[in-house]
Amino acid sequence: MPPFAERLAEFGAALLDPEAAVPPGLVGPDGQPSARRFAVYRNNVAAGLTGALTAAYPAAARLVGADFFRAAARIFALSHPPDGPVMARYGAGFAAFLEGFPPLAGYPYVACVARIERARLVAYHAPEAAPLAPGTLATLAPAALPGLRLVLHPSVGLVRSPYPAGSIWQAQQDTTPGALPDTALPDPVGPEDVVIARPGAEVVLRILPPGGAAFLTALQAGATLADAAEAALAEDPRADIASLAGLPFALELVTGLGGAP
Amino acid sequence: MTNPTQMPSRTTARMTGPSHQPPGGAPSAPSAPHAPGALPPRPGVGLKPQHYAEILATRPDIGFFEVHAENYMGAGGPPHRYLAAIAEAYPLSLHGVGLSIGADRPLDRDHLNRLAALIRRYRPASFSEHLAWSTHDSGFLNDLLPLPYTDATLARVAAHVDEVQDRLGCRMLLENPTSYLRFVESTWDEVAFLAEVARRTGCGLLLDVNNVHLSAVNLGFDARAYLGRFPMEAVGEIHLAGFAPETDEAGRPLLIDTHDRPVDAKVWALYAYALERAGARPTLIEWDEGVPDWSVLMAEAARAGRLLAARAGADAGKAGGKSGERGTRDAALC
Repeated sequence: MPPFAERLAEFGAALLDPEAAVPPGLVGPDGQPSARRFAVYRNNVAAGLTGALTAAYPAAARLVGADFFRAAARIFALSHPPDGPVMARYGAGFAAFLEGFPPLAGYPYVACVARIERARLVAYHAPEAAPLAPGTLATLAPAALPGLRLVLHPSVGLVRSPYPAGSIWQAQQDTTPGALPDTALPDPVGPEDVVIARPGAEVVLRILPPGGAAFLTALQAGATLADAAEAALAEDPRADIASLAGLPFALELVTGLGGAP
Repeated sequence: MTNPTQMPSRTTARMTGPSHQPPGGAPSAPSAPHAPGALPPRPGVGLKPQHYAEILATRPDIGFFEVHAENYMGAGGPPHRYLAAIAEAYPLSLHGVGLSIGADRPLDRDHLNRLAALIRRYRPASFSEHLAWSTHDSGFLNDLLPLPYTDATLARVAAHVDEVQDRLGCRMLLENPTSYLRFVESTWDEVAFLAEVARRTGCGLLLDVNNVHLSAVNLGFDARAYLGRFPMEAVGEIHLAGFAPETDEAGRPLLIDTHDRPVDAKVWALYAYALERAGARPTLIEWDEGVPDWSVLMAEAARAGRLLAARAGADAGKAGGKSGERGTRDAALC
């Protein structure tokens, strides 16, 4: 019998490859090999990983249907096992996988919805930090605003999509038993950027106005409000700067203020 | 042949996320947890997100809560908020599923560090892990995989248990597995293997009576005889769970460790025998899939409680209420 390390290596490899032979020397009560018994371990691994993906991407699963999702998740899982035991981190590459998955070529927004769900999961587990009250902005001298830097909550994430992925995600949130999943695309179909955060106990998602994603990205990089406003206008001339300036405070995304360096 | 995708499966670590938010608001960001102590010889249940709010609202009379360590390894958010609130009021058992103590390769340093951080943060009354492996060149295989019982694997497991206890600064409990097949090269019987690991390392054992029943049926040995030889003096906790009965290709019973239904009558009977030999021990109802309403879970715990009370006799007076009395502080546990 090969040494221990080889036995486990062979066992593990056979778990992920349904075509692989059952390793020898694994027997049932009669001393005979049993493919059915080995299949229990294979199934545990596959079902555990597909279950984790279904739990992390419920809107994507509703969009494509449970059977399709399970099959796609299984293909992903067997070729992308986790790199560690913390299952909350598993599946980071799943949206990219869906984007390149040929059966979904006609449904490119599904991958975008999956990115939103991934961002929500990451926000859910993000560190805690106390946000400033929404009224803080009103207490600041207007002259101080252009040079102001904002420290954003560690949970803030952005998902940009050429499709109305935020609206599609929101439409999937009605899980009343018997409710038909709303798979109709919004009219008109256009790009949407969303901000996702968990400033308190709950994850929040907001579809951003024109220039909003560029604005928040600049703030996260340490830009002043003035520079962030410029970035917003450069991205989209329709950006409403006064309204954008209030947005991070209104959503409780700001945990601190900084001035000039 | 059954389509494998329709087979019942066992779960190990679960995903928690925003889709599992319980109704009502989560507690505010956590403060310092309650002081540690040994698990009381009373029934406990797994702490599930579905029950967080109800537990905090009703403060049920349960002996302890057990959590899967890997589900609390994020930085913040509802998991820690709820766990901190509940750990202030109840003894906590930290149960790991991903340490891969039975593997051929070194323990994951980062994972040990995360476990150490959790233990520092929550001061659980108990830390336990499995006699199983899950780490592989291809990645982490999220199941509890079996190992042969040989002199070499015994030495490896003992070395890993030593390392865990040194790194975490506390005694751990090692749990017996559910087996679906055995390795032909095994030279040790499982009870003797576990007893020897405990002897060499000073670790305790977590006796999963459901796993004993399943392995006995699946491998063709006598569960009662297994329990008769089990080193009960090392047992720091007992697990009970439900299973899904299947058959193998020869039509023999193959019981799957699904943790998705009430404890079977045969397992209750084996549990009563285990208590006869061991005396009262902290006992967990392990229901991880298809988690029922809180009242159903409490009813299972209450059944364990009646058997514990019947066995404990004179010990029943020492098994205290949910807060305040913690049992004696045992230097051997976290």
